[in-house]
Amino acid sequence: MPTLTLASARSPFRDEFAEELAIRPLHSGDIHASFQFRTVWGVDLLQATDPRFLRYAILPREIVCTENLTPWKKLLPCGSKAGLAVLLKSEKLFHSSYFSQAVHIRPVCQGMHCTVPSWEMRQTLNVVFDLYTSGQGKREWSMFKIKIYVDVTDSPQGELFELSPPTPLLSQAVVLGDRRTYSVYDLTDPGTFGKVRSLNLLVRWKADNGDMLRPLLHGERYVAGFGLQTGEIHTLIYNNHPYRAFPVLLLETVPWYLRLYIHTLTVTSKNRENKPSYIHYQPSKDRLRPHLLEMLVQLPPNSVTEVTVQFERALLKWTEYPPDPNHGFYVGSSVLSALVPSLVAMDTNITQEHPLFSSFFLCKEESSYFMRVYTEPLLVNLPTPDFSMPYNVICLTCTVVAVGYGSFYNLLTRTFQVEEPSQSLAKRLANVIRRWRGVPQL
Amino acid sequence: SNPPVAPEISSSVALDFVLIGRTSAFLLLHQARAERFFRSDHTNNWAVLVCTSRFWFNYRHVANTLSVYRSVKRLGIPDSHIVLMLADDMACNHRNPKPATVFSHKNMELNVYGDDVEVDYRGYEVTVENFLRVLTGRLPPSTPRSKRLLSDDHSNILIYLTGHGGNGFLKFQDSEEISNVELADAFEQMWQKRRYNELLFIIDTCQGASMYERFYSPNLMALASSQVGEDSLSHQPDLAIGVHLMDRYTFYLLEFLEDIHPASQANMNDLFKVCPKSQCVSTPGHRTDLFQRDPGSVLITDFFGSVRKVEITMETINLTPHTETALAYVDQLPVAQIIHQKPKQKDWHPPDGFILGLWTLILLVFFRTYGIKHLKHIF
Repeated sequence: MPTLTLASARSPFRDEFAEELAIRPLHSGDIHASFQFRTVWGVDLLQATDPRFLRYAILPREIVCTENLTPWKKLLPCGSKAGLAVLLKSEKLFHSSYFSQAVHIRPVCQGMHCTVPSWEMRQTLNVVFDLYTSGQGKREWSMFKIKIYVDVTDSPQGELFELSPPTPLLSQAVVLGDRRTYSVYDLTDPGTFGKVRSLNLLVRWKADNGDMLRPLLHGERYVAGFGLQTGEIHTLIYNNHPYRAFPVLLLETVPWYLRLYIHTLTVTSKNRENKPSYIHYQPSKDRLRPHLLEMLVQLPPNSVTEVTVQFERALLKWTEYPPDPNHGFYVGSSVLSALVPSLVAMDTNITQEHPLFSSFFLCKEESSYFMRVYTEPLLVNLPTPDFSMPYNVICLTCTVVAVGYGSFYNLLTRTFQVEEPSQSLAKRLANVIRRWRGVPQL
Repeated sequence: SNPPVAPEISSSVALDFVLIGRTSAFLLLHQARAERFFRSDHTNNWAVLVCTSRFWFNYRHVANTLSVYRSVKRLGIPDSHIVLMLADDMACNHRNPKPATVFSHKNMELNVYGDDVEVDYRGYEVTVENFLRVLTGRLPPSTPRSKRLLSDDHSNILIYLTGHGGNGFLKFQDSEEISNVELADAFEQMWQKRRYNELLFIIDTCQGASMYERFYSPNLMALASSQVGEDSLSHQPDLAIGVHLMDRYTFYLLEFLEDIHPASQANMNDLFKVCPKSQCVSTPGHRTDLFQRDPGSVLITDFFGSVRKVEITMETINLTPHTETALAYVDQLPVAQIIHQKPKQKDWHPPDGFILGLWTLILLVFFRTYGIKHLKHIF
């Protein structure tokens, strides 16, 4: 659906909806597709956003499948029946290397004077299609029908891949501090379609190699150590900017059953200790509250910063174990938030027509952009009891008691008496029959 | 002179009678059609579909539940009236070679997971406590509507359970069980709280018939895939996926339901015939003694579909008042009489191979010990 034009200051503000798809062919042959849907309501839905009511929650073990996509699609004005959402086929989306869907709701200003309060809901869906594992094999990707932006920065003259049908419309945007060039297919312009009523976008790769630009900030996390008693959480933060240092806020929420030893918390960059400028730690309470650790760490340029903290694993109560305790317990991701200085000056004029994916986070400074990175969740094993032991113990002790006590009881109370041997059953039965026949008995 | 007049009068009177007769016959026809239209008491349909098993090798239980979900949705019950509980995720499981699919037929013919599935209780949320809370309505106030069973006293509810079970219990996620007594009490609570008009209970587990033995509330009909002492068997594995895809009873139930459409007139007697012993290996059972209506007059779509019938007519129809009132709570049998039910009379079976072999052995030893020649002296 096309974007409605903004009404003038006199007429009342109307709701609007915009959607777009950004496609970025990657060097490895994968395709990254990013769907963005933006709904803006011109009413004040919630009265206040008091930060005291702010809550942060994370579900580390949440499997994402079609059952998550269905209610997400229902939030769109036309559901999955019209617009770009028609392309969201679950069998293709979940057979991919990476899938992410999100809903962001926030109050926004419309216009320069911010007189009309309005609320924006932005739904994003990012997926990386791995062509080799989805069985297509050829380095070709096509998409039927559908504002579509294709990132052609890496191949301005068509060296890396070739895009067909060609379009003369190019636009430039700065995304994540990097100036990228996009070929735009405007679906509202009938000239895009030509004679045929559908648009078949074809990307054909030519070259095989090339360098990818590394992101300026990214993080990793893993658990070190062995055994089921102790361990160590390592968080690695990479700053790939060649000459600028910047601070990053690290937020870690660790469940109570990993008891952190904060006195072992160390932050090192380039093999030297790096003291954080700010630490906030809220200890956990058993079964009530997790650990909350927030730190502001200065990252030196072009370096790796490592944050380590040791922990001890707790033994849970019998009923607190999930039905599959040997799978392990999940620890949620840590969050890195930073104002990353960009290599390129950004344009902060918000009234221009920008692609949606570049205008999500706007900053006042011209040379930095806000970024939030989530690390991987961790999977740790806690000391798990053997749940079949009560049954085993009952069987064993009952057997021992029966055998031991039974023998003892017999020894104490059994007496032996002499008895005449009685006739066998066969003889007795035969005697009954003989008596009945009138024949002499055995 | 009288005879010539009389025929005219009589013919006109006869004509009047014929006309009146035809009008009243017309009205009677409409009345019969209207009474047939309002024959069932329910106004809305609900479905509670539960899969109680976790782990990849229990793929077939999830496929069972999703097949029934698919049929129920296809016949008209909307997602808002379906409470779907799946204890584990098979579609996007890492072991699934085709993500976002759950197949019921081998060679990947039918994807029962579909494109618009909505699961209300997933993973660890499928517990006995949550299941009983859904049935009885005792949920915390923060529970969203999609997780509630908001039925009233004119609702027909379909309850489908599948998983691993035994004599008198059903296992939930390998860590807890629900017993047949608890289930019967939950249905009694539902009856007392007027939460259903009629309830159809289907269970596909080993020894499934034991789960409906203890029911004592009215308007319950129950079907099970196997009798006490029998195992419900799985149908066929798919070599690409590597696990059994469906259980036999639900597989043939799905095939039966695929032929049902919203206007179908198939009734419960056809449902009782689904999966005879030759196909299922176990003996499916059913229980209708607590049900008021005759099963032959109960349509499949009364429970599996959500049929809204509207017929526009210009005639005024007087309906006769309902002579037999619906069963009120006070009309039930006394509880003491219901709970201590006599066990079902077991049919006599001829002795099976083990008993025959045992007696043959005993007789052989007897003859060897005493010798055939001695017997004629003894007897």
